Amino acid sequence: MRAFEYVPAKTVAEATSLLAEKGDQAKPLAGGTDLIVMVRENRRQLERMVDIKDLPETNVLSYSPDTGLDLGAAVPCHKIYADDAISAAYPGLIDAAKIIGGTAIQGRASVGGNLCNASPAADTIPPLIVLGAICVIAGADGSTREVPVEEFCTAPGQTVLERGELLVSFKVPAPPQNSSSFYLRFIPRNEMDIAVVGAGASVVLDDAKTSIVSARISLAAVAPTPLLAEEAGASLAGKEISDDAINAAAEAAQAIARPISDMRGTAEQRTHLVGVLTRRALNGAIQRVKEA
Amino acid sequence: MPRKVHVQTTINGETVEYLCEPRQSLLEVLRDVLHLTGAKEGCNNGNCGACSVILDGRLVNSCLVLGAELEGKSLETIEGLADPDQLDPIQDAFLENAALQCGICTPGFIMAAKALLDNNPNPTEYEIRYWLAGNLCRCTGYDKIVRAVQDAAQTTS
Repeated sequence: MRAFEYVPAKTVAEATSLLAEKGDQAKPLAGGTDLIVMVRENRRQLERMVDIKDLPETNVLSYSPDTGLDLGAAVPCHKIYADDAISAAYPGLIDAAKIIGGTAIQGRASVGGNLCNASPAADTIPPLIVLGAICVIAGADGSTREVPVEEFCTAPGQTVLERGELLVSFKVPAPPQNSSSFYLRFIPRNEMDIAVVGAGASVVLDDAKTSIVSARISLAAVAPTPLLAEEAGASLAGKEISDDAINAAAEAAQAIARPISDMRGTAEQRTHLVGVLTRRALNGAIQRVKEA
Repeated sequence: MPRKVHVQTTINGETVEYLCEPRQSLLEVLRDVLHLTGAKEGCNNGNCGACSVILDGRLVNSCLVLGAELEGKSLETIEGLADPDQLDPIQDAFLENAALQCGICTPGFIMAAKALLDNNPNPTEYEIRYWLAGNLCRCTGYDKIVRAVQDAAQTTS
């Protein structure tokens, strides 16, 4: 690996100023499961890694049924799915946290890092989007701004983060009554793979659990960034649960997918998968509400 | 050239100090600085698990950790498993079940199995296979490894 400087930051302010000083020659280090590989393989050259995983703000993991979840950007996957209350409230996020890499990856890899890496195929991004998660970003001037997750990635590997800015945490709204979420992906193996397509869904049902009050759908690996399928989700609002309604939403999701053909799959296969996975994600989320 | 980093950490229960370059992975520090050569370099990108170690109680790939990150942490490696005159029950189970052929993946598998059994003393076969999915073996076909872990679970629980 080429030489770089390693600096463990003690405060958010120190981290942002260490990052600002070096601009794109500095990167924050959390779990390192993407960043260390990129630097080792010379896909990314850096003068400085700023270790941000020992800050209280990036390690917060606190859930309340009233205010929702505060999730620090450096919290590793295993800590999230080890929390029973969080697992019950946000099952779609847990679906993703449990399938990223293997055990050793989940011991280090963070949801914040997964988002900042900005892969179109990132597994945790669709669940964050369907859960309405908001990014809390600290700036080098001491300011804080908030960005919805669906607006965070701008291109493969590119995000809205400006010089010196640090993704500190996520705010995930408390799940409404009669709601649940689901994420799944298609891979040709059983585990340890990258999504050919991923789909997340969240639904809110009425008290009788026969109609959909609202729904959100998000797709991975079918565009340069993870997508919020806004019209597909909105098409379900007020509808009785039926195969027709779900098929129509899946078709609306297919309509916004603009996949490429690559080593993992063809554009045609991916478009087909968007339909299949959207239906399964919606039905999975609905089933979870009914079983709750 | 950035300055070397001084690290004080605990490895297999003993306090250890070392100097490393910021760019050196924990795997490189273990093998090249501390001469603990049990952890192996397979893929060097987090796919194969041959470098698995237990850091503050969690299984990690030492190729994806910087040596400089170890300050104040506690690390367990394959070298810390056996007593001078007795192998760890997991090591015994791997031998008894012939769960290794070339042996390169074995230290990683044993550390991953240890992390599993520390966490879940009676795993199902399904849980064992998923837990070990990040450790690759090109010789055994995995069945003997899974049986060894099942045996070790019976011995230790």
